[in-house]
Amino acid sequence: MIEVENLSKFYGPRLAVNNLNFTVSQGEVVGFLGPNGAGKTTTMNILCCILPASRGTARICGFDIFEQSMEIRKTIGYLPENPPVYLDMTVDDYLQFAAAVRGVAGKKIAAAADRALEKCGLKDVRRRLIGKLSKGYQQRVGLAQALIHDPKILILDEPTTGLDPLQIMEIRKLIQDLASSHTIILSSHILPEVSQICQRVVIINEGEIAAIDSLEGLTASLRKTERLRLRVRSANDDVLQSLKALEGTLSVQQEDDSAFIVESPLGSPFQDKVARLALDREWGIVELSSASMTLEDIFLKLTTEEKELAE
Amino acid sequence: MRNSFLIAKRELGSFFSSAIFYVITVVFLLLYSFIYFQILNFFSFQSLQAAQVRGMDLGLNLNDMVIQPAFHNMAVILLLMIPIVTMRSFAEEKKGKTFTLLLSSPIHLKEIVFGKFLACWGVLTVMILLSSYSIAFLFMIGRPEIGPALTGYLGILLMSGCFVAVGILASSLTDNQIVAAALSFGFMLFMWVVGWGAQAAGPNIGPILEYLSLIDHLERFLKGIVDSSDVFYYLSFMFFALFLTHRVLDSNRWR
Repeated sequence: MIEVENLSKFYGPRLAVNNLNFTVSQGEVVGFLGPNGAGKTTTMNILCCILPASRGTARICGFDIFEQSMEIRKTIGYLPENPPVYLDMTVDDYLQFAAAVRGVAGKKIAAAADRALEKCGLKDVRRRLIGKLSKGYQQRVGLAQALIHDPKILILDEPTTGLDPLQIMEIRKLIQDLASSHTIILSSHILPEVSQICQRVVIINEGEIAAIDSLEGLTASLRKTERLRLRVRSANDDVLQSLKALEGTLSVQQEDDSAFIVESPLGSPFQDKVARLALDREWGIVELSSASMTLEDIFLKLTTEEKELAE
Repeated sequence: MRNSFLIAKRELGSFFSSAIFYVITVVFLLLYSFIYFQILNFFSFQSLQAAQVRGMDLGLNLNDMVIQPAFHNMAVILLLMIPIVTMRSFAEEKKGKTFTLLLSSPIHLKEIVFGKFLACWGVLTVMILLSSYSIAFLFMIGRPEIGPALTGYLGILLMSGCFVAVGILASSLTDNQIVAAALSFGFMLFMWVVGWGAQAAGPNIGPILEYLSLIDHLERFLKGIVDSSDVFYYLSFMFFALFLTHRVLDSNRWR
């Protein structure tokens, strides 16, 4: 559905996106993950034919982004980071305008607007000025705009930034509903969001792809060791030394005043050993838990790895 | 073309639903009317004087002494007002990030530019034609010729089309409306007075500067002459400014 080949983009002398290659197949929900300024928005803008690529190309539904940009624009719904809403229009007027410029035929505009209102839960505010709506509702109007021409592909740039937790949940729910009938590319720097919604993750860092995989795949490939967190009441050097001396320990780090992270090879029943040791020495266990890698760790690891090597 | 009308329609909606249009129109009409009635007052004063001096033909006529100066003053007021009408067209879209909607839609850039131009020119046409009450009034109290009044309006509309095109060009250069207004005002005023440099520039460049001046072309319209070279000048001026706007917006994508 989407094939990106050697895509690069220069802003003046600055290389914003470097040699991206990935594909997205029909019906997939792919998360773009990366720190701010990694090139997520640039890549999305290129896919939506807003910016031209400096090198390389991409094909969407078989259309080339250079040669057939008008066809592509008809098949993509784009929600930029800031919803492109005219604050001085009512929701109804705005959606009808969006439908018309997106190429919906005159007679179908009203029906298209109604459907988008319905999907995004905007029926109650349809006659209100967009400028008077809350940020969450404005975001929904932005999403409705992206849906208005019933596109096959949705590209959503950080759809939940700036919303309160309840609104974030609502928007996520909406995106999950949409996932059944659309191919979605979604960018975010909020990791739980991606892990909830997306089947596959493209991690971008400094304009380059750091990893492409499913979430399980990423976790598995990066988790080479088991990690345990031990929190005790009376923490001292003795605890640290004893843990280090324990058979099979790879490393021990003191996390804070009372907690230690013990790393051991994969698959070893290490909890028992640590627990027994703690009980024997009467350290007073407060917490003994698995501290395996979260998406945050993976992300940090992937986006900082190269720097560490460089140093 | 359909897309240009869509853009223009939305733009007009936003003009008419906000205070901008009404404020500008009222200010324009108040200023114009004040100046107009001063001109009319002066004319009637002169007519009274002429009536006392018997047998002297002072060549008093409404076309030359009221309509023409009224149009001249209207052009000056428009010079001041048009940057305010046009400054939002692209600057606001860029600032409000709404431009991405248009850029990601299946519309050509030139259709967007033309739509914006149509909307601003349309607004100004409404505004300018509202001032025609003053000319109609003259027909009630006297017998001016209608021809020069009509060609005068044609000239004013063509000239304001050029102002609008320049204003839109300025607006495409920046996302700051004040900067856009300052740029367009500066450029319009320059194009207005550029003919004054004709004498200093010498016999080769002088006529070119004179030809370039926006206001020189208006003169013949006000006298009732529709010269195809003037019409061509105004139309090509508009086209060139809109073409540059298109180039500016397109090059923004490549940088």
